[in-house]
Amino acid sequence: MMIDVRNVQKSFGALRVLDRVDFSVEKGQAVAIIGVSGGGKSILLKHIIGLIAPDAGEIHIDGQKITGMDERRLLQVRRKFGMLFQASALFDSLNVEDNVGFLLRREGRTPAAEIARRVGEVLELVGLEGTQKKMPAELSGGMRKRVGLARAVIYRPEIVLYDEPTTGLDPIAADSIDQLISRVVDTFQVTSIAVTHDMRSARRISRRILMLHQGRIYADQTPDEIFKSTDPIIYRFVNGIAEPIGKNTFV
Amino acid sequence: MTSLAKARDWFAGLGRGTLLCREIVVSLATVKPVWRDVVYQMYFIGVKSQSVVVITGMFTGMVLCAQSYFQFHRVKMDSATLAVVSVAMCSELGPVLTGLMVAGRVGAAVAAEIGTMRVTEQIDALRTLAAHPVDYLVVPRFLAMFLTMPLLTVESISLGIGAAYLVASFLLGINQADAWHQMISHTDVIDPLTGIIKTFIFGGIIAVVACDKGLSCPQGAEGVGHATTEAVVYSSIAILISNFFLTMLLNTLLR
Repeated sequence: MMIDVRNVQKSFGALRVLDRVDFSVEKGQAVAIIGVSGGGKSILLKHIIGLIAPDAGEIHIDGQKITGMDERRLLQVRRKFGMLFQASALFDSLNVEDNVGFLLRREGRTPAAEIARRVGEVLELVGLEGTQKKMPAELSGGMRKRVGLARAVIYRPEIVLYDEPTTGLDPIAADSIDQLISRVVDTFQVTSIAVTHDMRSARRISRRILMLHQGRIYADQTPDEIFKSTDPIIYRFVNGIAEPIGKNTFV
Repeated sequence: MTSLAKARDWFAGLGRGTLLCREIVVSLATVKPVWRDVVYQMYFIGVKSQSVVVITGMFTGMVLCAQSYFQFHRVKMDSATLAVVSVAMCSELGPVLTGLMVAGRVGAAVAAEIGTMRVTEQIDALRTLAAHPVDYLVVPRFLAMFLTMPLLTVESISLGIGAAYLVASFLLGINQADAWHQMISHTDVIDPLTGIIKTFIFGGIIAVVACDKGLSCPQGAEGVGHATTEAVVYSSIAILISNFFLTMLLNTLLR
């Protein structure tokens, strides 16, 4: 198993966000995690890459237990990962080229000319050739996501995590990000996990959908099964139908 | 917030600061610092602090000179004025006031910058890109502060004494040669040495407190504001408290 999440629990104060979450992802699989906003999807993603430690349970990456691992050893494990953040999280003080080539420059093993070539190549992949010298503040939301994606895949990681890749984008920009994610999966044969509440996006970028509901994995099915499901919770989520509001409910 | 919760927060902060110090030592021992980043931070700290350091140093020296003269003049000891200015500026006022000014100017900027990086997930992004935030953000600022603070303090002390000399000579009419002679003979090499040793500690305190407040910044714009204010307040208090103990310790050890 590439990613193995075993009985992970996490609470913030009295609020239990993850309640014995248990699943595994095989190498090369494209998975989407769906669920309501604030339901703990992003928290789960950050557990997988070791940014947050669970209260209980274990996480194994490629057979290596990362729970309880020292931050400096975790840095080595994280070299296997690329991550696209919800708000892109580009470094404000660096231009596009330095953002995308950040890890390669920091490692100091790749010559500057080679880094520049690879940055150009990956920017072309995301359709942003020629933007190397632009600062993040000069880019639109969609362009920032693309740069974030380029930064996440330039060093050919084995696993790519996407945190709400299409949130806050117009439908056209969201569609292009979906296409790019599919292209990354096909080009680099990576294991990918995308967290989203955009069902159209989930269907396009994954072959397996996990639904997180009330802190647990409620469903683990293929996109077709999820879309055809008659389970009331899945059906309501997929079709965007809120719980009926009672007569006495004050709105 | 109850007193108990405040005390718990305070101790938690102290614990975090200690762990951060340990992580800085580990980083310095195991990871080669990026000197280009250190030099940039030295430039940022040094240049951005020039106006406050120059004004603070000069006017502190001038007012200390005037006030000492008004007291000494009553007992006909005018020529001791510059000696008092020199000893006070070298061992106490120079390092402490420079520390407080740099804490306000640079400590706030560092906490705000790192705090903003935290709330916009840039710190998480660093960690996913296999860069330890202490190696990349804290160590360059720590080294830069450690190296720049003594330089700024020497500048502040020199300007303070220089300005006091001008005030004594041209405004107060003190005999220049006599005042200069008294100053040299009453200022021991231990006075500036004590002051400079203190500045390394103050620099370290400002860097650790500001970086810690930034790294543990609560979410949102309000969180960044809160972290910035706390960075200035806590580093200023830490400078004032540690100054007393450093004075006692260094005078015991060096004299």
